Amino acid sequence: MRWPRSNPSAPSRVISTTKSASPWQRRGVGRRADSLFVILAASSGVLILLVLAWMVVSTTGTALPVFGSQGISFITSSEWSPSDGEFGALAFIYGTVITSVIALLIAIPLSLGVSLFLTEYSPKRLKTPIGYAIDLLAAVPSVIYGLWGVFILLPLFLQPTADFLAKYLGFIPIFKGPASGLSYFGAGVILAVMITPIITSLCREVFATVPNADRHAAYALGATKWEMIRQSVLPRGRAGIVGAIMLGLGRALGETIAVALLIGSAVRIDVSWLRPGYSMAAVIANQFQEATGDHIRALVGVGVVLFALTILINMGARALVWRFNRI
Amino acid sequence: MSDSLSSIVPGGSQDRWAGRRVGPGVSLKDCRPTRRRVWRDRRNTFLVSLAVGITMIPVVMILYQITAKGIATMDWEFLTSSMPLSFRREGGGFLNGLVGTFIMVGLASAVSIPFGVLAAVYLVEYGKKNWLAKLIRFFSDVMTGVPSVFVGLFVYTALVIEFGFGALMGAASLAIIMMPIIVRSTEEMLKLVPQELKDASYALGAAKWQTVIKIILPSAAPGITTGVMLAVARAAGETAPLILTALGSYQLTAKLWGKPMSSLTLAIFDGARNPFAAGQARAWAGALELLIIVLVFTIAARLVASRSRISR
Repeated sequence: MRWPRSNPSAPSRVISTTKSASPWQRRGVGRRADSLFVILAASSGVLILLVLAWMVVSTTGTALPVFGSQGISFITSSEWSPSDGEFGALAFIYGTVITSVIALLIAIPLSLGVSLFLTEYSPKRLKTPIGYAIDLLAAVPSVIYGLWGVFILLPLFLQPTADFLAKYLGFIPIFKGPASGLSYFGAGVILAVMITPIITSLCREVFATVPNADRHAAYALGATKWEMIRQSVLPRGRAGIVGAIMLGLGRALGETIAVALLIGSAVRIDVSWLRPGYSMAAVIANQFQEATGDHIRALVGVGVVLFALTILINMGARALVWRFNRI
Repeated sequence: MSDSLSSIVPGGSQDRWAGRRVGPGVSLKDCRPTRRRVWRDRRNTFLVSLAVGITMIPVVMILYQITAKGIATMDWEFLTSSMPLSFRREGGGFLNGLVGTFIMVGLASAVSIPFGVLAAVYLVEYGKKNWLAKLIRFFSDVMTGVPSVFVGLFVYTALVIEFGFGALMGAASLAIIMMPIIVRSTEEMLKLVPQELKDASYALGAAKWQTVIKIILPSAAPGITTGVMLAVARAAGETAPLILTALGSYQLTAKLWGKPMSSLTLAIFDGARNPFAAGQARAWAGALELLIIVLVFTIAARLVASRSRISR
C-alpha cells in the first residue's frame, strides 16, 4: 500500500534555526550525530561487500594448492580418489547440472500451471488455501525434504517410477536400467518439489502485474481463456518468468542436504538418469567430516566451482531479464 | 500486434466478407471459437488444474506423514533429554539440538538484524542511487544466491581452521545467510514509508538520524519484522553450513566456542543417514519439532504483515 507522494526531495538537515528547537540539539548531539549515523549505516552496507570479498579470497586461497597441483584436470577429470591425491570434480559438476535440469523439467510446467491457476482460473475461495500451501512448501527446511524423500517418497514413488521408466523406455540412453531410486532422477524429483513453490510465487507476482485491460482486450477480440493467456499474460510476463526460473535454478544448484540423501553417492558419470551419482554440494556435505588435509582443500575447491557456477547463472538471469525488459 | 490479431480472429481476411457482417472483415459467426480452439482451451484448463493437483500432493503428504510419524515418538522425554550415545538405543531426544538451534539462531539474529536494518537504512535514506548503494544492492542480491554450503565452507576456511568448531562459527554462517535477506526485505519496507511522515518530522526540527530512529523505523517496524522472521525461519532450517561450522554433537552444551554444538537440523540429518529404526524414529520427531518452529515463525510473519499498512 502506497501513500501519495507530494514532495520527493527530503531536506537532509534540520531546517530550524532556533537553538531551542529540539531537545536533542540542546544536548549538543545534533549534526555530529548525523554524520556519525551515516557512517554507521554505510559501513553496515559495506560489511556485506567485505564479507563477500573475504569469502572469495578465503576459500580460493585455501583451495589454491589443490587447484595448482591438479590444474585444469580439476574440472575436466572425473577421477576422485582422496587416498591417491587425485581430485577431478567433473562427476560432481555433471551431477549438479543433470539433477538441476531434471528438477527444472518437472518444476517449470508445474509452477507455471499453479501460478496461472492462481491468477487466472481459481475461484476466490480456493486462492487463499492454495497460496498458503505453496508458501508452506517453500518454508519446509531441506533436511525435512531429505528425510521425507528417503523414507517415504523413495519406496512409494521414486523406485517404482524408476523401474517403470527403465522397463518401458529403457531403450532411450537416459532411462537405461538397472534403475535405482537413489539416483539423479530421485534427487531431481525432490529438487523439483523444493523449487516449484519458489518459481510459482515469483511467477504469480509477475502475472498479477499484467493489467486487466490487456485481458479484456484479448477477450473482446473473441479469444478463449487459453488464447487470452497465450497472447496477453505470457508475453507480458516473459522476463519475469525467465528470472523466476533462473532463481529456481540457482537454488537447485546449491541445494545440499536433500540431494546428499537421495543422489546415491557414487563418484561416476552416467548417461542414464536412473543411476546413482553425486553432486557438488552433496559431496561437500557427505565427505567433509571424514576428510583431512588435501581432501578438505579439494572439497573447498569444489565449493569454489559451485559458487562460480551459481554466480554465472545469477548474472545470466539478470542479463536476460534486462534484455527482455528493454524489448 | 497485427499477427496476434489475425490469429485470434478467424476470417479476418478479405474473402470472408459475405454473410451477417458485424464489421469490416469480421462476421459474428466467425467470432465464435472453432471446435479446435474450444478443445485446446478445455485441455489447457485441465492441464493447469492437474498441475495444481500434483503440486498439492507433496504438501498433504509432508504435513500428514511428518505429523503422524513424529507424534509416535514425540513425548516429554524427547523434548527434555539429549541424544543417547548410540543410534540403536531407543529413548532420548533432541534437546541438545533444540538448544543448539536456539543459541546459534539467536546469536546470528543479534548480529545480522541490526547490521541488516542499518544497511537498508543506508540504501533507502542516504545512498539511494549512488554507486555505493547500487553496489551493495547488487552484491546483496548475489549473496542471497550463494549456496548455503559455500557459506559454510567460507566460515570453515576463515574461522574454524583457526578457532575450532563451535556455536560461534555456526552462528557466523547463519548470520551471513540471514543478512542479505534482511537487507533486501527491510529496504522494500522502508521505501513504503510515506514522504509526508518524514517531512513532518523534519518540519518539527528533527535531524535526519532522529527521523530515521523515531519515525521511519517505527512506522516500518511490522514490515521489517516480517522479513526478519522469514530470515529466522530460513536460518533455523539450515543444515549444510552447520555441518562445516558447528559439526554436531551428542551432548548438551552451551559453550559458545571450542566445542562442537548440535542443532535440530544436524540431529535430523544424522538420524536420516543411519540405518537404525530408533535413530530414524527420533529423526521424525525432530522433523516435527523443527517444522512446528519454522511454521510458527512463517505464520507469525504473515500475521504481522497482514495487520500493518506498511508491508507486502
